[in-house]
Amino acid sequence: MGARAETSAPIDYIALTRDRYDALGYPPYQWAELSDTPPWTPLARPLAESTVALIGSGGAYREGQTAFHWKDDTGVRRIPSADPATDIRVTHFAYDLEPAREDPNIVFPVDRLRELVDEGVIGGLAPTALGCMGGIYSVRRATEELAPAVVAEVTAMDVDLALLVPV
Amino acid sequence: MGLVARALEAAGVPTLCLTSAYSITASVNPPRAAFSDLPLGHTVGRPHDAEFQRNLLRRALTAAAAMDTPGTIAATGVTWDGDGSWKRRATPTGIESGKPVSGEPVSGEPVSDASADGDRGDTRNVRVDTPQYQYESDRLAAESGT
Repeated sequence: MGARAETSAPIDYIALTRDRYDALGYPPYQWAELSDTPPWTPLARPLAESTVALIGSGGAYREGQTAFHWKDDTGVRRIPSADPATDIRVTHFAYDLEPAREDPNIVFPVDRLRELVDEGVIGGLAPTALGCMGGIYSVRRATEELAPAVVAEVTAMDVDLALLVPV
Repeated sequence: MGLVARALEAAGVPTLCLTSAYSITASVNPPRAAFSDLPLGHTVGRPHDAEFQRNLLRRALTAAAAMDTPGTIAATGVTWDGDGSWKRRATPTGIESGKPVSGEPVSGEPVSDASADGDRGDTRNVRVDTPQYQYESDRLAAESGT
């Protein structure tokens, strides 16, 4: 079966990457594959009463902060969620950055989430949002470095839901 | 992000992963996910289209609130252009977005042609280990500690 998706179906990026790596003579990219039942914590209260933490892995940082480097940077940036998206910068090695630099909300929707608080869709937005950079090629480093760093930040926030926005 | 979501959920924090890469998300099997059929690099939608972005977020959050089965991937029903024609112009490589096979770029210009492995068609940027600032002024601001 070819990797080129029908237009009505989602693009199969795993198949596309496999084909591309084959064509380049690279060894296959090893995606994380987890078939066990994932951990689960029920929502404690209705959305309209829930405080949401934004975590984006599209490489968002705030002006004035050290930018991510492009080689398995497992750092996390604390970004005040009251600041407008115009203060957000974006850096990442693996996707077309121009649209996100034009409007960071498409990978780090701080402006939109504040608006959803005003609309009453969600109860609140955690004062600190987190920016990190996906595309960590090492599952071990994502698991042993990035994930615990994010968990430490978010569990200290007392939030009801973490909204994760990858690219 | 699925790995991070799993770790958060195990630590007692409910999560929702947005995604526009269905197969990647299905592979890592996060607790809750909401899929929108959009080009990579546009997880929340079109630049400067606030209502598009809010609509996607409302649908995703509402879907998450209704989930009761770990590993659910809901479809928000949000699409880029109705007929999916952007996919014919989308990248053949999967990781990059906006890199046209031929014809016009889908959404802005493709990423740099710089390649970590020479000019063999790998369109990702070189994975350098120094901070990659959006603007030179960002570098100055960060390095001056302001």
